Amino acid sequence: MSEVIKNRYEFVVLFDVENGNPNGDPDAGNMPRIDPETGFGLVTDVCLKRKIRNYVETVKEDEAGYGIYIREDVPLNRSDNKAYEYLGVDDKTVKELKKKDPEADIKIRDFMCRNFYDIRTFGAVMTTFVKASLNCGQVRGPVQLGFARSIDPIISQEVTITRVAITTEKDAENKSTEMGRKNIVPYALYRAEGYISANLARKVTGFSEDDLELLWEAIINMFEHDHSAARGKMAVRELIVFKHSKELGDCPAYRLFDAIEVRRKDEVVYPRKYQDYVVDIHEEMIPDTVEMQRKI
Amino acid sequence: MAKGVKVRVWGDYALFTRPEMKVERCSYDVITPSAARGILEAIYWHPGMRWVIDRIYVKKPIQFTSVRRNEVKSKILASNVLPVYNGKPEQLCISSKAEIVQRASLLLRNVEYVIEAHFEMTEKANESDNPGKFKDIIMRRLRKGECFHTPYFGCREFPVKFCLCEEEEVLTAYENEDERDLGFMLYDMDYSDRNNIQPMFFRAIMKKGIIDVQNCEVVR
Repeated sequence: MSEVIKNRYEFVVLFDVENGNPNGDPDAGNMPRIDPETGFGLVTDVCLKRKIRNYVETVKEDEAGYGIYIREDVPLNRSDNKAYEYLGVDDKTVKELKKKDPEADIKIRDFMCRNFYDIRTFGAVMTTFVKASLNCGQVRGPVQLGFARSIDPIISQEVTITRVAITTEKDAENKSTEMGRKNIVPYALYRAEGYISANLARKVTGFSEDDLELLWEAIINMFEHDHSAARGKMAVRELIVFKHSKELGDCPAYRLFDAIEVRRKDEVVYPRKYQDYVVDIHEEMIPDTVEMQRKI
Repeated sequence: MAKGVKVRVWGDYALFTRPEMKVERCSYDVITPSAARGILEAIYWHPGMRWVIDRIYVKKPIQFTSVRRNEVKSKILASNVLPVYNGKPEQLCISSKAEIVQRASLLLRNVEYVIEAHFEMTEKANESDNPGKFKDIIMRRLRKGECFHTPYFGCREFPVKFCLCEEEEVLTAYENEDERDLGFMLYDMDYSDRNNIQPMFFRAIMKKGIIDVQNCEVVR
């Protein structure tokens, strides 16, 4: 394992979608998420975290130390193991263990952090043996993401499609096609902002330099292994990383985020491609001690 | 006030969950004193000191929006981890397909507050600790934007932007409204008994956009 990170970081991710639905809204019949008052598109933090987890899972394939705790699919042999689990420990032995080893909670927490990349990165809530010890079981990971928002208001377009395979036999007698609906965004560029606290890495989860490299790789490639009929064409266009010289940071995060201005070119009315946007970096707003890296 | 400080905090979204509606989370109208304390602690905290919130200035009109997300309903069980910890070759994970729940959250949007607070020394302070030292560290961190971890408005996905508030007179969004009763709100949790942590509530009354919690009555 490489060393625990020593610097605070902030990062900006720009990603776009073409003829797809980046993140459906369960409240609105799976239409793309839209801020109802401004019309800007949203992609939730948890949606992006899922992509990062999936990428790490794909690439590392359960390599030691890179497990993913919150999975979309359970490995098939899990049911066998469950039986195991019940035989292994019951409530009684757990209590005894707790008496013998007052540090058990901390040990288990560290064990989980060591083994699971997503817990080391994003944190997790665990139950603990001590009742009502509110904070022992809560692991805050160093990486924190906000909602991603589109640069311009988005238009969600409903596309009606047909299929010739009918689901039920009864329906098949009466009709030859079934109609379906897809909601797509013709084009949108989204901006997400993230924070990495070196303190939480050092004091709690042990998020290391190698983990950080893997995180960048995962962000850059998060859509490359996530193609589906609903997503359309999605790609990460820009990952801009600010590396502070100190653990606590050198300047407020908002100053760094303000230094990155993404705007639509003046002559473009309806943006339909990434080239319709310009990314301006106002370097004079970034202190000399903060190192900026454009990862793509 | 030598131990006092005013911090301007703002952000796109916030969620200060009402304890009575925490499954489908619904936010209070304004930041709670405990969330404000959490923000200050994210910037600076030390066992030798304790933050006390004095006033909260509401600088933007109260607006809500809602977001529904797929969440998991279970936590990591320590008792499930134990056999693996002791060397059983098992798979540990939560399947998001099996544990899925869709939950809506009623969020505040476009929020801005000024938190006026002071700190008190506790008996855990070292001999070399003194209020002047703590104050210097706090002011430096606020001026330079340093923090232990990025503070957040109730949930970690709603990051807080912060800076030192240097204005003497803080203008609020409700200058013209004499009084608004926001009902009972969470004041903070009482951690004095580690095995029985109790919530404390207070009657939040916003006068001209300012909630004064200095001498409020705390109900348990």
